[in-house]
Amino acid sequence: MDTSTPRSRTEISGGAHVSRKHDSAHKHVTGSADYIDDMPEPAGTLHGYLGLTDRAHARITALDLDAVRACEGVVAVLTGADVPGSNDISPSGRNDEPVLATGKVLFHGQPVFAVIAETRELARRAAKRAVITYEDLPHVTDVRAAMDANYPLVTDPLKLERGDIEAGLAAAPLRLKGEMRIGGQDHFYLEGHIAFAIPGEDDEVTVWSSTQHPSEVQHMVAHALGTVSNAVTVQVRRMGGGFGGKETQSNQFAAIAAIAAKKLNRPVKIRPDRDDDMIITGKRHDFVVDYDVGYDESGVIHAVDASFAARCGFSSDLSGPVTDRALFHADNCYFYQDVRLVSKPMMTNTVSNTAFRGFGGPQGMLGGERMIEEVAYALGRDPLEIRKANFYGGETRNMTPYHQTVEDNIIGRIVEELETSSDYQARRAEIIDFNENSPVIRRGIALTPVKFGISFTATWYNQAGALVHVYQDGSIHLNHGGTEMGQGLNTKVAQVLAEEFQVDLDTIRITATTTGKVPNTSATAASSGTDLNGMAAANAAQQIKTRLVAFASEKFSVPAEQVEFIPNHVRIGNELMAFGDFIKLAYQARIQLSAAGFYKTPDIHWDRASGKGRPFYYFAYGAAVSEVSVDTLTGEYQVDRVDVLHDTGRSLNPALDIGQIEGAFVQGMGWLTTEELWWDDKGRLRTHAPSTYKIPLASDRPKIFNVKLADWAENREPTIRRSKAVGEPPFMLPISVLEALGMAVASIADYQVSPRLDAPATPERVLMAVERLKALVADAEMSGEDGADA
Amino acid sequence: MAHTHRTSIRFRLNDQTVELAGFAPDLTLLDWLRLDRRLTGTKEGCAEGDCGACTVLVGRIDNGLLSYETVNACIRLVGSLDATHVVTVEHLNRPDGGLSAVQQAMVDNHGSQCGFCTPGIVASLHALWLAEPNPSEADIERQLQGNLCRCTGYEPIVKAAIAAAATIPDADNDRLVAAYDATTEALTEMADGARVTIEHERGTTFVPGDLDDLAALCEAHPKATIVAGSTDVGLWVTKHMRDIAPVIHIGHLEELKQISIDDAGITLGAGVSYTSARGALVAVFPQMAELWDRIGGEQVRNMGTVGGNIANGSPIGDTPPPLIALGASVTLRKGGSHRTLPLADFFIEYGKQDRQPGEFVESIFVPALAEDAFFAVYKISKRRDEDISALCGAFHVITDAEGMVTSARIAFGGMAGTPKRAASAEAALTGQPWSWDTIQAARLALADDYQPLSDWRASAQYRMLTAQNLMIRFFLETCGAPVRIERHPALAEA
Repeated sequence: MDTSTPRSRTEISGGAHVSRKHDSAHKHVTGSADYIDDMPEPAGTLHGYLGLTDRAHARITALDLDAVRACEGVVAVLTGADVPGSNDISPSGRNDEPVLATGKVLFHGQPVFAVIAETRELARRAAKRAVITYEDLPHVTDVRAAMDANYPLVTDPLKLERGDIEAGLAAAPLRLKGEMRIGGQDHFYLEGHIAFAIPGEDDEVTVWSSTQHPSEVQHMVAHALGTVSNAVTVQVRRMGGGFGGKETQSNQFAAIAAIAAKKLNRPVKIRPDRDDDMIITGKRHDFVVDYDVGYDESGVIHAVDASFAARCGFSSDLSGPVTDRALFHADNCYFYQDVRLVSKPMMTNTVSNTAFRGFGGPQGMLGGERMIEEVAYALGRDPLEIRKANFYGGETRNMTPYHQTVEDNIIGRIVEELETSSDYQARRAEIIDFNENSPVIRRGIALTPVKFGISFTATWYNQAGALVHVYQDGSIHLNHGGTEMGQGLNTKVAQVLAEEFQVDLDTIRITATTTGKVPNTSATAASSGTDLNGMAAANAAQQIKTRLVAFASEKFSVPAEQVEFIPNHVRIGNELMAFGDFIKLAYQARIQLSAAGFYKTPDIHWDRASGKGRPFYYFAYGAAVSEVSVDTLTGEYQVDRVDVLHDTGRSLNPALDIGQIEGAFVQGMGWLTTEELWWDDKGRLRTHAPSTYKIPLASDRPKIFNVKLADWAENREPTIRRSKAVGEPPFMLPISVLEALGMAVASIADYQVSPRLDAPATPERVLMAVERLKALVADAEMSGEDGADA
Repeated sequence: MAHTHRTSIRFRLNDQTVELAGFAPDLTLLDWLRLDRRLTGTKEGCAEGDCGACTVLVGRIDNGLLSYETVNACIRLVGSLDATHVVTVEHLNRPDGGLSAVQQAMVDNHGSQCGFCTPGIVASLHALWLAEPNPSEADIERQLQGNLCRCTGYEPIVKAAIAAAATIPDADNDRLVAAYDATTEALTEMADGARVTIEHERGTTFVPGDLDDLAALCEAHPKATIVAGSTDVGLWVTKHMRDIAPVIHIGHLEELKQISIDDAGITLGAGVSYTSARGALVAVFPQMAELWDRIGGEQVRNMGTVGGNIANGSPIGDTPPPLIALGASVTLRKGGSHRTLPLADFFIEYGKQDRQPGEFVESIFVPALAEDAFFAVYKISKRRDEDISALCGAFHVITDAEGMVTSARIAFGGMAGTPKRAASAEAALTGQPWSWDTIQAARLALADDYQPLSDWRASAQYRMLTAQNLMIRFFLETCGAPVRIERHPALAEA
């Protein structure tokens, strides 16, 4: 640390609850932040490239790799038979995901072999030379088609049930049924997958992997090598984005790089081209939601019977917990008296879908919001009124479909404040007026809420470790089990540590995540990074502080309560000592200045078989109002204005939290608007590069974008400094964009017909929804009826 | 004239002079920077010129003036760099080593999260900062069309661009300004008009000395790949690993960068980039402004040329529909002989154009609009900016004093294997009153003109319906009704 700067005694720089820049911001803007592909390569480094199948479902009858081996620069060609351990990287333990396919290929683009060559370009060119003969088998890519074809489930489905659904539906005064199709999403992290394996002695290997889950990569690499975890060290300093796409999907690249590195005893790096990355790695699950809703004239929902079928791809991966989380969020903020929710994790001949920000929650919530929208249009009411009529609240309306009581509900206040601050009612009235007089351009506005459950539903994942060293000069080394992918986790955890020790933030050095320092970590996922690792780091600091207090108390003969950590100093009785000087004394007195911290989330439990428990420690809340314009001749649209009010508890770093909210909003908006995954009849994904797969640009962001934190909010649970998780919850705020587009479409039929706009609402889907309503209006006029009818 | 010859290219890289020989014809600037020079600040995000993580600045003397433009290093071929100044993120900080105005504003506004897109964004914003002292939001958004960020939602990046503009570039805070005169002198000296020939085991790269030299090279190497901006050819390399040798670079040839305007119309040299063409073209055809700003991203517009868009004959190219509707012609050259043909006739069928071996596109002439003409062009794409058209329609109608249509030229891209005129719809309009009923007839006639395909950009049904609806939009616009969504309406007039 820079000891030349005088350190304040009254306030530390960069403690908790203040906005601080990302710890790597300076390096990001100067190009000096190193990603794995930027690291200097040791002499002898080889490069791998994967050979992919061009069949969606087929039996391999002959695999001729002679031409590949004969190519310039090729050192080795690996197939499934070359995997020394287990040819399996299935994170579910179902043994359904090979490192390299053997015998059968199950999706178009599945890796069949790996070329290792002197340069990446030579490996890539050689990979094109394989001659593979197949016997084609029938394939299915679509969820509905998979159900129709009785395709198997990739994992056990879940059922959440409360009350008597049959009786509830039968007794409800009104009822509606429908289907919603929800598209998937590619992560499009800017840094693609990469793994760099450096062989060590005996069975040891070190792997630099762009992963959110170093411990799982470690485990998978050991499994594939046929060795044990203590032989494998996995490191990651930072990722160029993850979003869930590097939770399990890094395993394959890491395993192949490690296998090749050990086999050839040379460093091996694997980095697929963007197109291959998008073809090989899993995405957000597409869903088909079938719903049957019982409700009454006041808009209160009595009963919901819904199924959530997902395109899981060829293997289970994380599809079990993803489809579970869809069900956990199908209620969003709403109480259902009688409810039955079932998941259908369908196998398809597509890449195995995986974690993506929200982890099924967004699809579940979108299904729930579609039901609200349907009820509203059926009754000719503003959907916001229907939302309010169904919010959780009161003793008898607080139980979720999974039998957890909602105890920390603040959605009413959030929605009320946002409705006022955004001037929702006046703007909605103005828009309805505008639409009456505008033949081509129509506008829409919608306010939608979010309630998102925080904790891994796999309860054992809710643990974390940290390793903190204080060196003799008072500088602090911080390591924890979480990974940095841009979210600012390291900054926040360092702020927590600065606050604990009462030292300036620049006293703390953040170091690369490695399985050698903190073992058995959980994925940095489920928005849990700060909640878990922040607590573990605080725990480590507290251990060291306890020793330091005991030391000071004894050495200076003062009571322990008179030893106090104040900004950059320690007060011992009436003595004031600079932190660094105090640490030097402690070192000389042989005080242990290092600690391993640990944390596990209390009070959570989940019994999947019965569908009951308290899977979530708490909920994070938020709401958004979106306003859009739609061209009813072409389906083109733009987002004119968005207002967000979001709950991050007592924010650890408001600037980073707002960055998460804005980023999640635009990413979620992309999912619901222009990002479309499109498979052709051969089972080929044809949108596998930014030229064909369109994520939002700066010119797509809301033209007016007001994002505010609910600064009065505080986590009622004792989380790290009463903050709340922020990674995923705001991803669902742009459901308001989809619904605003729906309102603009619904204006065609005077808001009397549900627009049923599926996602992604590309200009094409918007125009087709407009056409459907135009046809209904025309039919109604032809038959002389008054108004239209769905 | 006799040409001097060289076997190496010479250019500036940051603060060094580089002389390169014996490189592969398909060597990209990005690979050279990262693998050869170990300048790893510039990232590969997509290797197809769409994400902008590889954005660098390239300075070149144009009409005696040094100016810097952003380019996608991933699809820029090294052979095109003779007499340029390549500037990477490592050289964008202040001469004293501190953060540049753009870099500081990015830090202060929390403009980076994962940081992987950031060097490219810093490069794009740096170019804007140098060129535009008071950028509007529209300017910033246009500058960033070719830079994807997946983390921030762009809001803090736009704020950073605005904040950076508070600092005026000068020799103290910017290395490029500080070295401006020296760089101008160095590049001027490098541009000696010599032919450069680079030999490599994978084939030859030619950099012709001038236009006549290009004609000679094309005749001598009729199968050569002619590369102007490499916004198409770059992908043949990075995505298809196609053998493109021999390569002839034309992007530097002054004679192909000429733009001339007279009463008859505008002539664009085949090497004029979209960016260079914009001012003159939009002055003559203000209706082209929106389309022009939606072609690729800024980096692609800086590299790509109208000539290349035509010569490669893509059915979804953005410029052919309006140019065909306007009655443009193309002039081709082979050796010393020229021929000129209507652009509509240049496109024969999918993947086939009327270009003979050894022949190259030299210029495009676009006739000016008659005073009473209605003209419009509409691009429809899944994402508004930096997307390839699902369809692109151009309408050009002339009516007489009685309101009868005397001439109609309608052309669409994305509706057939080539950019194609709508003969039936044109016939349905010609000789008829310019009215709602006529438009309805012409709408229906479009179904006889096109049998569009379904693909990932749009279904056949959507393409046809939207094409028909664009006819309505055109009619309503000629009646003065506002029927388009405009993100920055005040600026659309400018």
